[in-house]
Amino acid sequence: MPYGADFKQQAIHMHGTHSPAAVGEQIMASGTARFETVKSFGPVEANELTKHAMSRERLLQMLRKMIEIRRFEERVERLFLQEGALIGPSHLYLGEEAVAAGAVGALDDDDLIISTYRGHGHAIAKGVPMKPLMAELFGKSTGTCKGLGGSMHVAIYPEKGSVYATAIVGSGVPIATGVGLALQREGKGRVVMTFFGDGATNTGAFHEGINLASVWKVPVIFVCENNMYAMSTRADYAVAAESVAARAQAYKMRSMVADGNDPVSVYLAAKEAIDAARNGQGATLLECMTYKLHGHGVYDKGDYRPKEEIEAWLKRDPIDGLEARLLKANLASQADFEKIEKKVAAEVEESLAFAKASPVLPFDELAKYVYVR
Amino acid sequence: MPELTYADALREALREEMLRDPRVVLMGEEIGVFEGVYKVTRGLLKEFGPERVRDTPISEAAIAGAAIGAALGGLKPVAEIMYMDFLPIALDQIATQAAKMHFMSGGKLKVPMVLRTQYSLGRVHGAQHSQFFPSVLFQVPGLKVVLPSTPHDAKGLLKSAIRDENPVVFIESGMLYRTKGPVPDGEYVIPLGQCDVKKTGNDITIVAVSRVVTEALAAAVKLEEQGITADIIDPRTIQPLDLPTILESVKKTGRLIIASDDVKCGGIGSEIAAQVVEEAFDSLDAPILRVAAPDMPIPFSPTLEQAYMPNAQKIIEAAKRLIG
Repeated sequence: MPYGADFKQQAIHMHGTHSPAAVGEQIMASGTARFETVKSFGPVEANELTKHAMSRERLLQMLRKMIEIRRFEERVERLFLQEGALIGPSHLYLGEEAVAAGAVGALDDDDLIISTYRGHGHAIAKGVPMKPLMAELFGKSTGTCKGLGGSMHVAIYPEKGSVYATAIVGSGVPIATGVGLALQREGKGRVVMTFFGDGATNTGAFHEGINLASVWKVPVIFVCENNMYAMSTRADYAVAAESVAARAQAYKMRSMVADGNDPVSVYLAAKEAIDAARNGQGATLLECMTYKLHGHGVYDKGDYRPKEEIEAWLKRDPIDGLEARLLKANLASQADFEKIEKKVAAEVEESLAFAKASPVLPFDELAKYVYVR
Repeated sequence: MPELTYADALREALREEMLRDPRVVLMGEEIGVFEGVYKVTRGLLKEFGPERVRDTPISEAAIAGAAIGAALGGLKPVAEIMYMDFLPIALDQIATQAAKMHFMSGGKLKVPMVLRTQYSLGRVHGAQHSQFFPSVLFQVPGLKVVLPSTPHDAKGLLKSAIRDENPVVFIESGMLYRTKGPVPDGEYVIPLGQCDVKKTGNDITIVAVSRVVTEALAAAVKLEEQGITADIIDPRTIQPLDLPTILESVKKTGRLIIASDDVKCGGIGSEIAAQVVEEAFDSLDAPILRVAAPDMPIPFSPTLEQAYMPNAQKIIEAAKRLIG
């Protein structure tokens, strides 16, 4: 069943009556049923984890990235909601960690990304250290943007190839097309990956941007984090298409659907898209089916979503899911996970201490950042 | 000195900068095969090929966005928005993305790009193909805004704009493309942020912008016949604005007219007048007058459009009001 008009009923049906694994399979099938040219990357079973040249190290690295994002953001959430230490808009990536871990995990270090206002996860996945990330959330001069960007632009960190993060929905799509043009001209086989949600695919910038990317055959991977909601507006209401991936088909662009709660599924899809882009075969739209643990922003509980839907997705937690499969396949032990958790917890606390101790930029220095002199 | 049209002077600037710097690429609607609706890019596709002279779909947001991305990726894009009327379609990319990137990244990002556009007031293009609203961009710190009025300035300013490390909106006048003027042989650039005093006088300061510089110069000739001499100052860039040159002139003359093709309310004249009042109130012997378009959409009828537009006669009338 395609997730068009019946998406809501289907989601409720799926989530109410099926196991988490079956939910994943149905999600995959839903995006691809009517579009045979959309390649589907379903959840990867434990006994198949190390197929496709996937090493244990890579699997653990993706797990580590997901845990880094999860623990960092859980701390950030507490700083907002319980400690009142952080204010302003912030959009958490909780629940969507597999997309950044898998997709960015498939890039080389010198490849580029363009992030969004929901960018903490992209930044961590691309290797941006937690200290400048946390400091930016506090508006400190040691932050990724010296405190001038904030949470919605925290992922701007060209030092690690994270070249932009926009707070306007959809606007990163044509910008990614332009970065792709520069990389195409450069001719070194580098690619750029950009992220956006299902809601962004209703903007003009999205349609103009992917059309131009298709016309110019630029090396871009457009990753749609389809978390089924644009704030409270459901994709099955607002996206008048069988799927987001199907929208790319209208622009003669390669498209794929991956299980956005399985980093291995996302990785395998992204890898194929990246290889195609490197080889001069142009852009891909990769739709990753995922779900936010909470609502749109840090203050939004997301309680407009059906309870059974939330519960079904909670059972498909990307971290739990990968850990269970790693254990089942004897690729890692509980002790390995604990080691990661301990290191990450320390890193998060260090970043917080660093952020709190850092100064704010003096106001009279701001003028020098308006223009390049 | 050889004479060139404004369009050809712009083309020379593009060509010279493309020869000088392989990072310079052009993108826009109808700039390649069709060579530009006003032929500014004539011959460039043939000379530089489709990799550097890139025709785009009718997608203003994507043109501006792709230019930004290209700049972030290390190129020096010169994008064209065919009419200034189409610029608001791309305004998110220009005002909310490009203009803020350097600042909100704490100085890490640079967006060296030029967005060329033109306004066709005076060419009988009606309400949706004639608009001129550069003052909107006063509200967008981080952009530079250039408005050349002669072939000489057009070339020198465009070369500077392309070499600049900031996003530059370069607004040409459709009425001026076929006008000719002296353009020196060989390399020259005109720094952004410097007024040009097109004519000197003692009795009145006339700040004129883009197409209206020609009208101001014509007005000055008539005024001189009546014993009134004027400083004619072309800001050439309104962002940054070379206020000191304007103030210096106002301190000498005590009278100021600002003449431009935008509508009067909230226009270029409003901002310049405010800045002059703040800095040189005591030097003023008379109110500051603005000669601008009336606060209404642009009428199609050629007769009505002519009546709508600022011209030499309206500038003369304003001068007489001030001097009496």
